[in-house]
Amino acid sequence: MSAALEIEGLHKSFGGTEVLKGVDLAVEEHEAVCLIGASGSGKSTLLRCVNLLEPIDSGRIVVAGREITARGVDVNEVRKGIGIVFQAFNLFPHMTVLANVTLGPRKVLGLPRGQAEAEAVELLGRFGLERRRDEYPDRLSGGQQQRVAILRALAMKPKLLLLDEVTSALDPELVGEVLALVRELAEAGMTMVVATHEMGFARELADRVYFLDAGRILEQGPPEQIFSAPQEPRTQQFLARIVAAGRL
Amino acid sequence: MFTGLALAIVSAPGWDEFRRAFLSGHRFAADFPEIAHAFLLNVKIFCIAEPIILALALVVAVVRGIPGPVFAPFRVLAIAYADLFRGVPTILVILMLGLGMPALGLSWIPTSLTFWGVVSLVLVYTAYVSEVYRAGLESVHPSQEAAARSLGLTRLQGLRYVIVPQAVRRVVPPLLNDFIGLQKDTALVSVIGAVEALQQASIDAAATFNFTSYLAAAVLFVAITVPLTRLTDWLLARERRRRQAAAVAL
Repeated sequence: MSAALEIEGLHKSFGGTEVLKGVDLAVEEHEAVCLIGASGSGKSTLLRCVNLLEPIDSGRIVVAGREITARGVDVNEVRKGIGIVFQAFNLFPHMTVLANVTLGPRKVLGLPRGQAEAEAVELLGRFGLERRRDEYPDRLSGGQQQRVAILRALAMKPKLLLLDEVTSALDPELVGEVLALVRELAEAGMTMVVATHEMGFARELADRVYFLDAGRILEQGPPEQIFSAPQEPRTQQFLARIVAAGRL
Repeated sequence: MFTGLALAIVSAPGWDEFRRAFLSGHRFAADFPEIAHAFLLNVKIFCIAEPIILALALVVAVVRGIPGPVFAPFRVLAIAYADLFRGVPTILVILMLGLGMPALGLSWIPTSLTFWGVVSLVLVYTAYVSEVYRAGLESVHPSQEAAARSLGLTRLQGLRYVIVPQAVRRVVPPLLNDFIGLQKDTALVSVIGAVEALQQASIDAAATFNFTSYLAAAVLFVAITVPLTRLTDWLLARERRRRQAAAVAL
């Protein structure tokens, strides 16, 4: 039984700046893994590499036993099984909520419109968004937009879901509704990699936490260990700053 | 001030002669129907050229935006084409194609002047309109493409369903501007002898030694371009209001 996601020795540079300096990471099926670390530590880049939105320089990414960074892999095929949700939502502004959620199933999975819409309406209904189906994104609150963005990714029935600081662009009072949705997905057994600044949330949600610092995984383990008894001085410093800022 | 200007013109030494030659109500009434009929050819040229331009220009703009070394020759070709046809005066393109192509004497090459007029206008305006599209495509944030690709859409599907619809919406007003330019430039086809409104007006002027026919042609062009201009202004204003509303909402 292979892991849902295995990353080995991942290096990635932008121009002359090395953002990821040999990252190793493994996620088992039905596991929720949280990536924590300061801004610029490489969390977003790591997730974008897993979705093949960024080509990697060296290393391997293996999803469900298949090396997706190998030569000749069909990127569109790979992305079908991997959902990603962005910090800035990135909903399609010229499409209604329903059209946003059904675009992938219809055009990539080839579902007939009726079926795609029925599934989307059911999905929206499960998360209290069915009344928004015909609204355009700019008519929704940030929290609603981000929830729609998560459902857009879910509509593809991905095996693996990547969440890139999905609450960082939200007003504080809207963070809760999005986190509640993510929590529900984790409880339903969704395999997830969650980059987040919400330490309380990471502590509660994660099966395992990875601490990323300047492009390297410095420390990883169960949340109790990382948050209560971090081993590395850098982790201790990072968490001390978070505590001082009143975020934990 | 306008009154002063009007007075100056009316009291000019050649005013009576001018009025007879350019503002003859009698000649206007006599020439107008024929010129209006010829103007249908301008409308026809416009109606044939415009859809072709809209489609081709989008292809050129998209080709210019495809990344990757494999597509480099196509990008260079698209850039060279746009540079060339934006640089050469439209009237020269019409003259060279309209006189040159039929002169080749190849039986399978059309000799219709209207045909070559349309081809010339398509070549010139596609170059302009592709730049308008390109500005639109570049104005769509790259995160939109990332979102589309992350769902597993191909590059082409991403363009088709996500990027192009947003880009086109943003450039409708400048596109309409180019529509207006094209409608006016259909008159240039007269230089190779196609009998459209301007050519008909010239024929009438030559036959009657009276230039009022040009005024009749001008009236016809204005009758089409002014509504188009107003529509463009209205769309621009609406777009601005929308953006302001969106900014307030944020």
